Amino acid sequence: MTHKIVVDNVYKIFGPHPDKALKLIDQGHTNEQIMQKTGSAVGVAGVSFTVDEGEILVVMGLSGSGKSTLVRCINRLIEPTVGKVEVDGVDVTQLSTVELMRFRQKHFGMVFQNFALFPHRTVLQNVAYGLEIQKVDPGAMRERSMQALTQVGLKGWEDSYPAQLSGGMQQRVGLARALALDADIMLMDEAFSALDPLIRRDMQDELLELQERVKKTIVFISHDLDEAIKIGDRIVLMKDGRVVQVGTAEEILTNPANDYVARFVEEVDMSKVMTAESVMVKPSALAYFKSDGPRAALRKMQKAGISSIFVRRDGKIIGMVTADDAAKAIKDNARDLQSILITDIQTVRPATPAIELFPILAGINYPLAVLDDNDHLLGVIIKGSLLAGLAEGLQTGGNS
Amino acid sequence: MEQFKIPIGRGIEAVINFFVDHFSFATKAFAGVTENGINLLVSAMMFFPPWALILIFTAISWLLTRNRGITIFTMAGMALIWNLGLWDPTVSTIALVIIATLFSIMIGVPLGIFAALNGVFYRIVMPVLDLMQTMPAFVYLIPAIPFFGLGPVAAIFATVIFSMPPAIRLTCLGIKQVPQELVEAADAFGSTKWQKLFKLQLPISAPTMMAGVNQTIMLALSMVVIAAMIGARGLGGEVWRAIQRLEADRGFEAGLGIVIVAIILDRIMQKLGSRAKKQ
Ligand SMILES: Nc1ncnc2c1ncn2[C@@H]1O[C@H](COP(=O)(O)OP(=O)(O)OP(=O)(O)O)[C@@H](O)[C@H]1O
Ligand SMILES: [Mg+2]
Repeated sequence: MTHKIVVDNVYKIFGPHPDKALKLIDQGHTNEQIMQKTGSAVGVAGVSFTVDEGEILVVMGLSGSGKSTLVRCINRLIEPTVGKVEVDGVDVTQLSTVELMRFRQKHFGMVFQNFALFPHRTVLQNVAYGLEIQKVDPGAMRERSMQALTQVGLKGWEDSYPAQLSGGMQQRVGLARALALDADIMLMDEAFSALDPLIRRDMQDELLELQERVKKTIVFISHDLDEAIKIGDRIVLMKDGRVVQVGTAEEILTNPANDYVARFVEEVDMSKVMTAESVMVKPSALAYFKSDGPRAALRKMQKAGISSIFVRRDGKIIGMVTADDAAKAIKDNARDLQSILITDIQTVRPATPAIELFPILAGINYPLAVLDDNDHLLGVIIKGSLLAGLAEGLQTGGNS
Repeated sequence: MEQFKIPIGRGIEAVINFFVDHFSFATKAFAGVTENGINLLVSAMMFFPPWALILIFTAISWLLTRNRGITIFTMAGMALIWNLGLWDPTVSTIALVIIATLFSIMIGVPLGIFAALNGVFYRIVMPVLDLMQTMPAFVYLIPAIPFFGLGPVAAIFATVIFSMPPAIRLTCLGIKQVPQELVEAADAFGSTKWQKLFKLQLPISAPTMMAGVNQTIMLALSMVVIAAMIGARGLGGEVWRAIQRLEADRGFEAGLGIVIVAIILDRIMQKLGSRAKKQ
């Protein structure tokens, strides 16, 4: 399978002695040592990854980790010192100036952290900029720009100037400007970082919704793990210009490649990313509807030290019985569990976020069953195990 | 020490002579254009009776600034000049300033753009501008004479040289001040150099360039007055004559005329600059 974008061993050294710096990187020197010895700053060092068509790849890392440099190496706003960037099999680093211009027009839409809108142009003129550059005829230009503006919900604002809009609206204009082009790749450098949290969440939702419709290949830069988890199909984690881990959010959270990633992951609110599956425990006992009567059920409960037990028939959980009811049934000489079976029980799916489990657990005084789509029991959640699971998750970075 | 004087002055003189000898076609062309320009402009302005021209200037001032104060000042100031009997020299001064400013902008703005975009040229031109701006204005009069002889063309030449630096400097500054992120955005969408220049850099630097043009006009006005010494007529010529004849009253009145013209031009240009900034 071919990838949409291939970043192959890209280095970017800023400063006077790139060759020396490259050698020192190979020898394993840190960026600080290299700065002291050569006066050169290491922006990106030996980064490789791929992006598939229609994927949202989030590049994440702390300030100064080389994210902006990396994304600019992809469309060559910054010239990589060494390495190759392929888009649709074309090596971008080999293009001539004129070819590069055409290539950018055709393939790259870009959205910037501080919006970078042209203050002397109206909203519509901003959105139309990319098309104007390509000398699209005015009618089509207007139509496509209006369409892009409608997509981001800014119809009616086309004659305003950027300074008249709020931050969130300005970034929508930035988004529309990139969308109007019909380029197949969107490069977004901390596109939402300058927005305040609520608007930011809205924009993330809108981007995901938009992506459902437009299916672009998106490289999204972020320094926020929550954001990366929310919108990224995969995440590339960077530190000091190097890639520390590539994977889905789940992989990175549950299997941090090293201490650095683990520490990064700690900052996420674990209850948001952990699910029922990651905090459930194995049931200590089960009653079988066909073979177990009240006596057997009570005995199983007494042995396991529990006061209620789930009942299974044909592999499916059909309800539960309590120890009190079982004792009464024994007195009444009942043969089976039918009369005391409680079928109205709370269950959840494995993907239910842990944060939603708290209110459910608060309303019941028996364990919560985690069932798959066929009502097979995967595990149970008791109040104690939820808290323990979360606590453990916080310590190990989500691996429970 | 003085026995071995370094021949800086001689060197400059040799260069001037070289240009006079070998580039007379250029100086002649410049002289022709300038002379015709001045004559055309002066006779166009003289075609109207003074009161009509005052109304025209007043209307222009209103259209450009939409400011009542500046418009009234324009009308009253011009009327006072007419009343003082300084009408003809004022018209010729305004013509000289307009022609010189046009030349300065036509040469200065492209040079400023080039300096902003080309690092090598920037490093060469900036010290030259510093030198040009600290050199006393009178000095520029001297090379003008061998090229053009005494008269208005020599005056225009010296004025253009003297008033061009701000046009170069502020054009360059304006373009360099365009935020890096905007330039990056223009690049990211695949703009050519020219598209970037005309769609982004020039429009955004317009207010700064306006300030440069304003300074150029003011310098041109001051130089046109000084250039009276080499035969520029106009208000400067009146002052110059008053000095030679020790006529304090005439000199003062002509000086007042210059101040009025300066204030009108300055205010109009400032208003234009702040309007450009608002957009
Ligand atoms: N033009 C430049 N000249 C010199 N060094 C640079 C330049 N641009 C970036 N760097 C250096 O390269 C490193 C990576 O910078 P970069 O801007 O890519 O980081 P970032 O991850 O985008 O950070 P932030 O989250 O703050 O935007 C930094 O150490 C920075 O100092
Ligand atoms: Mg950055």
